[in-house]
Amino acid sequence: MEFNATLIGEMIAFAILIWFCVHFIWPHITKAIEERQLKIAEGLNAAERAHAELREADNKAAAEVKQARQQAAEIIDRAQQQANQILDKARVDAVAEINRLKAAAQDDIASMAQRAREELRERVGALAVQGASKIVQREIDAAAHKTLLDQLATEI
Amino acid sequence: MASEPQGGLTEYIRHHLTHLKPPHVSEGGFWSVHVDSVTVSLVLGVLFCLWFWLLARKATAGVPSKGQAFVEIVLEFVDGQVKDVFHGDRRFLGPLALTVFVWVFLMNAMDLLPVDLLPWATEKFGLSHFRSVPTADVNMTFAMSITVLLLVIFYSFKAKGLGGYMHELFTAPFGKWFAPFNFALNLVELLSKPVSLSMRLFGNMYAGELVFMLIAGLFSAGSWLLYGMGIIGYTVWGIFHILIISIQAFIFMVLTIVYISMAHDHH
Repeated sequence: MEFNATLIGEMIAFAILIWFCVHFIWPHITKAIEERQLKIAEGLNAAERAHAELREADNKAAAEVKQARQQAAEIIDRAQQQANQILDKARVDAVAEINRLKAAAQDDIASMAQRAREELRERVGALAVQGASKIVQREIDAAAHKTLLDQLATEI
Repeated sequence: MASEPQGGLTEYIRHHLTHLKPPHVSEGGFWSVHVDSVTVSLVLGVLFCLWFWLLARKATAGVPSKGQAFVEIVLEFVDGQVKDVFHGDRRFLGPLALTVFVWVFLMNAMDLLPVDLLPWATEKFGLSHFRSVPTADVNMTFAMSITVLLLVIFYSFKAKGLGGYMHELFTAPFGKWFAPFNFALNLVELLSKPVSLSMRLFGNMYAGELVFMLIAGLFSAGSWLLYGMGIIGYTVWGIFHILIISIQAFIFMVLTIVYISMAHDHH
């Protein structure tokens, strides 16, 4: 152990090294590190924001799909109701038409039967008059006995 | 070993513990500089500066190169140590701690070179003595610790003002009625810092160097068995010494931080 001028020389060297490190090494590296920290923090923030936005968009899309599905269901319901209404109306109309046609046909039948019956009656009356005149063998004054003959015809 | 065949182990060790000095200066005088310590420490200091400066100059905030990443890891490690102890502006204390750590580590690491390598090389140039570990030179360690002491005093004044620091020196810890006693106590406390700081590093490195020399002495002991033991011993001690040099560099750095941050504290 002996002290000599080495001590002073080394102190100066040490001071110069510290000065160099303070001015030319430390600030550059810490600056780079801090900038990178900032960048990473920004990147993480952006990622988180993007994630949140994505989730929001997903929710929105899901809500819209749900709404569309609901609307579609409503439209189908309404269409079905309308179809039922049309079907009901058609059925009612058809029934009414059938009834109308049936009634008309029945009327026809009734009037035709009436006419046939009257015709029949007239013929029967005429035949009866013819028969009677043959039986009596003389000309019955058809005009004189018309009232009598008509009365007979109605009675048949 | 080969350099000193006639003197035996004692002479071998004495030879290795002698510093290289300029020949025209009288032995033991104050102006006889240890050329070996100065040379090695300056070479390592410049190496440290160039290494870190070249990478710091190109430092980007983007993806760092491997070299930049390494430098950043060292710097972040040192900065973390400073941050733990000192809560203030780290723009000076950080680089100071980094310089101390890397420089001391590099100088300690010279111990890992084969103990005869540099002396053998310098002998080829006609320089008879060369000690390759600057931190095993008490001048080197005291130079650093006295610089730290000066910084401690400077920051004490800066943080507390002239009056504040004087007041603290004379009144802490026992109050103003014990002023001389307080002052003596504080003076001892203050002066013990650089002594303990430098003697710890010096002692460890000196002893480590000495053990390497003793083991190296086995190589010239003239027996194959001792030669084998020498190889094993040198390896084991070398591996263990990696731990010691790192720890000593770390301790020197941490204590430097602690002393200077204590200078900022008010009692």
